[in-house]
Amino acid sequence: MIEISNLEKSFDGNQVLKGISCTLETGKCNLLLGGSGTGKSVLLSCVVGLMKPDLGSITFDGTVYTNSKVDIRQEIRRKIGMLFQGSALFDSMTVAKNVEFPLQMLTPDMSLEERRDRVEFCLKRVGLENAGNKMPSEISGGMKKRVGIARAIAPNCTYLFCDEPNSGLDPATSIKIDELIAEITHEYNITTAIITHDMNSVVGIGDHIIFLHQGKKLWDGNKEEILNAQVPELREFIFSSSLVRAAKRVEEEDGPQGLEHLAAEPLSEV
Amino acid sequence: MLKIFGSFVLFLYNMVTRTERIRVLWNRFIEEATLIGVNSIFIVGIVSAFIGAVTCIQIAYNLTNPLIPKSTIGYMVREMTILELAPTITSIVLAGKVGSSIAGGLGTMRITEQISALEVMGINSTSYLVLPRILASMFMFPLLVILAMALSILGGYLAGTLSGVMAPQDYIEGIRTDFIPYNIVFALIKAVVFAFLVSGISAYKGYYTEGGALEVGAASTAAVTNSIIAILLADYVLAAVLL
Ligand SMILES: Nc1ncnc2c1ncn2[C@@H]1O[C@H](COP(=O)(O)OP(=O)(O)OP(=O)(O)O)[C@@H](O)[C@H]1O
Ligand SMILES: [Mg+2]
Repeated sequence: MIEISNLEKSFDGNQVLKGISCTLETGKCNLLLGGSGTGKSVLLSCVVGLMKPDLGSITFDGTVYTNSKVDIRQEIRRKIGMLFQGSALFDSMTVAKNVEFPLQMLTPDMSLEERRDRVEFCLKRVGLENAGNKMPSEISGGMKKRVGIARAIAPNCTYLFCDEPNSGLDPATSIKIDELIAEITHEYNITTAIITHDMNSVVGIGDHIIFLHQGKKLWDGNKEEILNAQVPELREFIFSSSLVRAAKRVEEEDGPQGLEHLAAEPLSEV
Repeated sequence: MLKIFGSFVLFLYNMVTRTERIRVLWNRFIEEATLIGVNSIFIVGIVSAFIGAVTCIQIAYNLTNPLIPKSTIGYMVREMTILELAPTITSIVLAGKVGSSIAGGLGTMRITEQISALEVMGINSTSYLVLPRILASMFMFPLLVILAMALSILGGYLAGTLSGVMAPQDYIEGIRTDFIPYNIVFALIKAVVFAFLVSGISAYKGYYTEGGALEVGAASTAAVTNSIIAILLADYVLAAVLL
């Protein structure tokens, strides 16, 4: 469990995070939801330690991360896996080398064979067992995300962070990526945080949803609760999705099965 | 100016604290050194051979006094190339070749979040990415300068003898007159210093790129111009201090 308390961050007087407190729960997909420019990426950067917050604290399973000693931070960092918005694969290395890289750097006592096995296992886990020898420039965007996930989970991470794992992907592929992340989260009981503005992800894998708006947390809850949330900004956000609007219309016309129908059925069929 | 210098020093300091394991650094060093050597050998060879040839022809053109022996031409080609042309011109050529590739490579890694990915893994990205590049440059520049010296002198020989301005013996005699071994040492010191400047400045420019592809291009250009200015300044300072 990751506890974020009262986090603040400004850039040259422009306050981006205005005192955010929330918890990211273990074994669940924690969705950070919010419009463009609300500070989701900044929040995640602070949590993983790429940026230093001005104020507030972040605690990883009881260990304070902010302002602690280099050794402690290093210890926590090695348990973090991250999938970047643009995948951030090392483009001078093959796909397999990319996945092997964190193992090579972080677990030097692992034998060559164990490493190979682990790489093979991770690539298989994301459905890319045949792409190991390709270069990142030779694979599609969706495949890159999968490699990014494989690389993040290779060293048995305890915390997984994904910045918009399905941006720029077609709906079917993005649902597959979402499901992959959710499966991995539940299978290994890790703490996962996912940035998204995709309502498909929300109704699909939102175990715990945190809604951010202009640098503040306005709401949190799960995917069943979100459709009945009474926060105006959140309602505006949700119902700007035409799919949800259409379902809402169906609900109004045909009675209350519309939204539930949308949340449960068509997604799991794809 | 002072602020930039301060952050440059801090950048170098971060690079040498919390370094990666020696084995990892060694492998990275070999990778980078190979890349620098292989990619630069051709251009350095061409440039230095022609510089030697042109120097020889032009000195011959200016030395019309029959009282001065022809061997002086060989002597002067040797002195000019070893002391100044080989280390400085080679380093300027390498500033264009190696400097822009270091800045462009690191800049691309920065904007595509590859550097962030390293940091999140708990790897000191400056030590992993920059240190091997700087050390590899400081190792390869002197070797390339030695090659440049040899090829310049050879270029001068070919130009001088093939164009018929002098006999082969004259040239050979010239390049063997009053040889001062310290000059070679001095040239190699220059090469190491220039290598440090080119790779350090270019790495700094690339590492702190912000924005997109356009900024990566701008960082590369800035890396090359700043490196060349630094080389020329250092050239003057070293000549004043060490000669
Ligand atoms: N390094 C930075 N320097 C200055 N301002 C920044 C920096 N990073 C982010 N910001 C500002 O912080 C605000 C929030 O940015 P952020 O990237 O967190 O948005 P986001 O919620 O991730 O949006 P999106 O969904 O579009 O990715 C923006 O207004 C941006 O201009
Ligand atoms: Mg973002």
